[in-house]
Amino acid sequence: MSAILEIESLVKSFGSLRAVDGVSLSLTAGNCFGLLGPNGAGKTTTIELMEGIKRPDSGHIRYRGEPLGERFRREAGIMFQSTALQEFISVREVLRMFGRFYPRALPLDELVRSCHLGDFLDRDTRKLSGGQRQRLLLAIALINDPEVLFLDEPTTGLDPQARRNLWSLVESVKARGKTIVLTTHYMDEAYELCDYIAIMDHGRVIAEGSPDALLAAHFNDVVLHLPADDVPDVAALPMAHSWLDEQLHISTCDVNATIAELLAAGASLGRLRVRSRNLEDLFLELTGREMRA
Amino acid sequence: MNARRLYALFVARNLEFFRDRSSFAWNLLFPVMMIVAFVFAFGDGPRESYKVGVVGAHSERLAAFFASEHVRFIDYPTVAAARAKVERHQLDLLLDTASGDYWVNEDAPGGYFMERLLLAGEGDDSGLQRRPVSGDAVRYVDWVLPGVLGMNMMFSALWGIGYVIVRYRKNGVLKRLRATPVTSLEFLLAQLASRLWLLVGIGALIYAGCDLFIGFQMHGSHLDLLLVFALGCMSLISLGLMVASRTASEELANGTLNLMSMPMMFLSGVWFSLEGAAPWMRSLAEIFPLTHLTRATRAIMLDGAGLADITTEIAVLAAMTAVFLSLGARLFRWE
Repeated sequence: MSAILEIESLVKSFGSLRAVDGVSLSLTAGNCFGLLGPNGAGKTTTIELMEGIKRPDSGHIRYRGEPLGERFRREAGIMFQSTALQEFISVREVLRMFGRFYPRALPLDELVRSCHLGDFLDRDTRKLSGGQRQRLLLAIALINDPEVLFLDEPTTGLDPQARRNLWSLVESVKARGKTIVLTTHYMDEAYELCDYIAIMDHGRVIAEGSPDALLAAHFNDVVLHLPADDVPDVAALPMAHSWLDEQLHISTCDVNATIAELLAAGASLGRLRVRSRNLEDLFLELTGREMRA
Repeated sequence: MNARRLYALFVARNLEFFRDRSSFAWNLLFPVMMIVAFVFAFGDGPRESYKVGVVGAHSERLAAFFASEHVRFIDYPTVAAARAKVERHQLDLLLDTASGDYWVNEDAPGGYFMERLLLAGEGDDSGLQRRPVSGDAVRYVDWVLPGVLGMNMMFSALWGIGYVIVRYRKNGVLKRLRATPVTSLEFLLAQLASRLWLLVGIGALIYAGCDLFIGFQMHGSHLDLLLVFALGCMSLISLGLMVASRTASEELANGTLNLMSMPMMFLSGVWFSLEGAAPWMRSLAEIFPLTHLTRATRAIMLDGAGLADITTEIAVLAAMTAVFLSLGARLFRWE
């Protein structure tokens, strides 16, 4: 697969802050690419540079081998983190307006069906709920049937069900062979949707690869969780462990051996949980910071 | 430049304008309030009668004329006392029954009707002698109205454009539009076109309303007046666009717009003539579009000037529009 969007040594500063500090990435057509990082890591600045909304201080961005231009504007769909729309205008009218901006726009009923806008098509955009609003913003981003779709924290602030709905919408876009670039706070979201992720911190990419490859490269253990109360003498445990919220966390590459040691220490294992490493662990390991700070 | 995109923005802006009830109501109500204020302050109320001044006895020979309905006959002791009132259009006609002389102002529509009424049924030997008078019978309301119309346009143009675009920039509407193929020129022209037709439309409504209730003087061509108002509107809208080209703070925009509109409101000759004012003030007034708009519309309405007579004002307004618009487009930032 060829690279649809390439960025090279991007730098963007705001005053003395280097928000993006030499980021290079290559995005494969048809993939879903996730940009992860703690707040202030430079995710939004990076995605806005890729969208052509902000200009880099230095570095290059190429869409299909060319600098961002008219073709990119025609073929890109963008959903910002927060977008105001013109006021006093209904959902239908907003879609009609954005549709007229493009030489070729998707038919209204197709968007209404795919983004579930039917219930509030004639409602003033100011009177939409959070989930309805996100669906409308996604519909606007999809109106030109984009080749590359940018989503900046698309599910922040949505309830779990609305998040699931948005995920399935993104999946259906992906199924049609479109390229997706998304930033997110949520590791499960990245794991669910992304084929390839880059983790950013302090304006730099500190790790990139497919989620599974990244996990495999950084971890070969699993984590055992056990309520501290279930172990008679925690201090006497032979293995390394950590505490979190009255829970004992034990990392191990040999679950059988560790369980045998716990039994020998007189622990009760009725509430034992074993989980494999996830992106959240990777994230903490790499950035040393909490994700949802 | 793509007409379809421009049209899409134009339609959206119009819808926004008409559906924003409070702002729309204000746009309509403010002028209506002005009209009402004018009627009470300066108007004579709806004209229930014509006024004819009479010096001497109401002669039997003109009994038919004196019996006319809807005409108030007011007696004056001497011609001298009443003649000026004809010049100032406060009387439609003045008749001296002893000499048979009558004075009529050729510019006054009422004079025309009263003259026809007086002469109706009279032959050439009536003995009545016509004494035409002239004089600019300018009431304050006639004089102030062109300025007030312009001032209303100024406020609506500056805030309707300047403030709205700054709000769009602040809340991210501009950012969203930037992510589409829309160009800044298309966006700005759509704003200009939308505000222009709305302002000219509302201006025409106020004009018609004032005409209905106050009945002001209009000696020139309505088409000329429309063209000049449209041009003045464009210059004021362009000024608004220039103010809004970069500002991202509504407070700053508000301050800047006030800073521009307040001197214009008082120094553009809207409320009082600048003829006796200090030279520096008169020079300062020349930089305001509203000064030129007011002067041009006054010339059309009060002096019956044609476009050829006001080429200077037209050229100044056109030049201001061109300068403001190109600066506004050049300085424009989506963010």
